[in-house]
Amino acid sequence: MRHVIIGTGPAGVNAAETLRKLDANAKITLIGGEREAPYSRMAIPYVLSGAISEAGTRLRQEPGYFDRARINVISGPVARVDTQHKAVELVGGNIVEYDRLLIAAGASPIKPHVPGLDLPGVHHCWSLADMRAIEDLAGKGDNVVLMGAGFIGSIILESLKSRGVNLTVVEVEDRMVPRMLDETAGALLKSWCESKGVSVRTGTRIEKVKSGTAEGLRVHLSDGAALDARLLVVAAGVKPNTEFLIGSGVETDRGIRVDARQQTSVPDIFAAGDIVRSRDFSTGRAAVMAIQPVAVDHARIAAVNMTGGAASYQGALAMNVLDTMGLISTSFGLCDGPANAQSAIALDAGAYKYMRLEFDGNVLTGAQSLGLPEHIGVLRGFIQSRLDLGGWKERLAENPLRLAEAYVGIMNGV
Amino acid sequence: MQKALVLDAGKCTGCKQCELACSFEHEGIFNVSRSRIRVFIFEHEARFVPYTCTQCDQAWCMQVCPVGAITSDAATGVKSVNAATCVGCKVCTIACPFGTINYNAITGKVEKCDLCGGDPACARECPTGAITFIDSNLAGYEKMQDWAHKTDTAPQAAS
Ligand SMILES: Cc1cc2nc3c(=O)[nH]c(=O)nc-3n(C[C@H](O)[C@H](O)[C@H](O)COP(=O)(O)OP(=O)(O)OC[C@H]3O[C@@H](n4cnc5c(N)ncnc54)[C@H](O)[C@@H]3O)c2cc1C
Repeated sequence: MRHVIIGTGPAGVNAAETLRKLDANAKITLIGGEREAPYSRMAIPYVLSGAISEAGTRLRQEPGYFDRARINVISGPVARVDTQHKAVELVGGNIVEYDRLLIAAGASPIKPHVPGLDLPGVHHCWSLADMRAIEDLAGKGDNVVLMGAGFIGSIILESLKSRGVNLTVVEVEDRMVPRMLDETAGALLKSWCESKGVSVRTGTRIEKVKSGTAEGLRVHLSDGAALDARLLVVAAGVKPNTEFLIGSGVETDRGIRVDARQQTSVPDIFAAGDIVRSRDFSTGRAAVMAIQPVAVDHARIAAVNMTGGAASYQGALAMNVLDTMGLISTSFGLCDGPANAQSAIALDAGAYKYMRLEFDGNVLTGAQSLGLPEHIGVLRGFIQSRLDLGGWKERLAENPLRLAEAYVGIMNGV
Repeated sequence: MQKALVLDAGKCTGCKQCELACSFEHEGIFNVSRSRIRVFIFEHEARFVPYTCTQCDQAWCMQVCPVGAITSDAATGVKSVNAATCVGCKVCTIACPFGTINYNAITGKVEKCDLCGGDPACARECPTGAITFIDSNLAGYEKMQDWAHKTDTAPQAAS
């Protein structure tokens, strides 16, 4: 069996490893899209903050790892998939034939239609190449503007700040991480950032960027202000890399459509990771959820099915964790619950502590927290297993901080 | 033969010797807040429940780690964190449905039960036999596995 995987990010690499585990004899080929050894985007912020070196981003760091696992890693990118002849064509013309194909080509950052984003000094923070450019421009004392305080933007915020730059964050929505935290938590996070010396301008749009100033860039804002900066980092969302599939027969709809087995509309072709539009565990609707836990779940399920097994996905559960200069926030599932949901809140604003739980009857459907990271994983356990809270429901509604206790209690029949 | 930590809540008196032993073994100090095993105290019901990682097969923490910092020992089944590789991103702390891998802000790394390399201090110090370290095919272990399966949020990846 010839398994070919497009993409050498976490989805591609995890899938290759699972395939190898399940089929010792399969021929496995991993095709990369960048001139880099397989790496993990998620590790980039930790290079910028100095916690690790660039080598620390490599997916599988032992020398000779892929050779030993008999996983053939080659350079793409892939130009086209020929589903008729079961072959992929690389840029440059080389052909790789497959019996089963996994598309794990990830997503790319969106560049909003703002004049000036093509100027030197404007970068995304998505690839190792971006990271190297940022390292050159974000030195101690440099003025840096960050466009976007979403989840990825807020992770980048932390790493830029740790480099000692003068940082201004500009977010068009009314609060930080609006899809992860509610107004209370978002406002707390903003005031925390400000107390640590980061200027956060929510409800503000970057209108245009000009060059030619002493520092390099002048960033014009919707409130009339202008900020001079050496570097502008753009973190305004991502979109799946589906362009190379146009005309292939693999159905896409702002992301590859898959069934619960991660199979695409074309038999023997599967998809995993940021490129996929799969079922949201909480809403049941199709959505692209570009996070690491979903990418590795997809990969494992796809690999099981590619080797003839039967695995199906219960849907992607949104989950995020952020560390913003020491303040840890998390969110799971429907954290801004539907109108009829019941929520329970514990707030100590002065201590930057917040916990909000969402219930649907006796089941937890979502949660968010600030400053309370201990045993926080039980939230996933509760939500994804749709555990009946029984008598603990009322106790949790009264005091959401008894979360871990509730979990252990239920498991032990207390 | 694989050995497992068996936590028998029925025998626990809530003395927290295990927490002290764990903290001392790993951190060199007696501080229950630094322990990787935790005794939950249910006052109304007068119940005490020791709780830590079950070294589950699914290994959510290991699967999700973006840099491969968590590995499983083929012989013992222990999942342990390689602190030199861990970047402190905390994704494992939200992915583990048992909440048994936690972030340590002092070291900037995550930490979990590693069975003390084969001689768990909590089991050694438990005065009542509530925590034992025994062959994993003895009954107690199965009970633990059942417990793990109850919350098994596995994407049904068993083939
Ligand atoms: C700075 C940053 C921080 C992040 N932090 C977090 C976090 O804390 N938590 C979290 O859950 N997620 C985080 N993420 C998101 C996480 O990194 C992604 O969800 C994850 O990388 C998705 O894995 P993937 O394999 O699907 O895609 P990718 O990692 O993007 O890998 C896709 C691969 O496909 C290749 N490719 C693309 N096109 C082609 C082609 N035509 N031919 C061949 N190969 C191609 C690419 O080069 C790449 O190797 C972060 C991302 C960034 C950028």
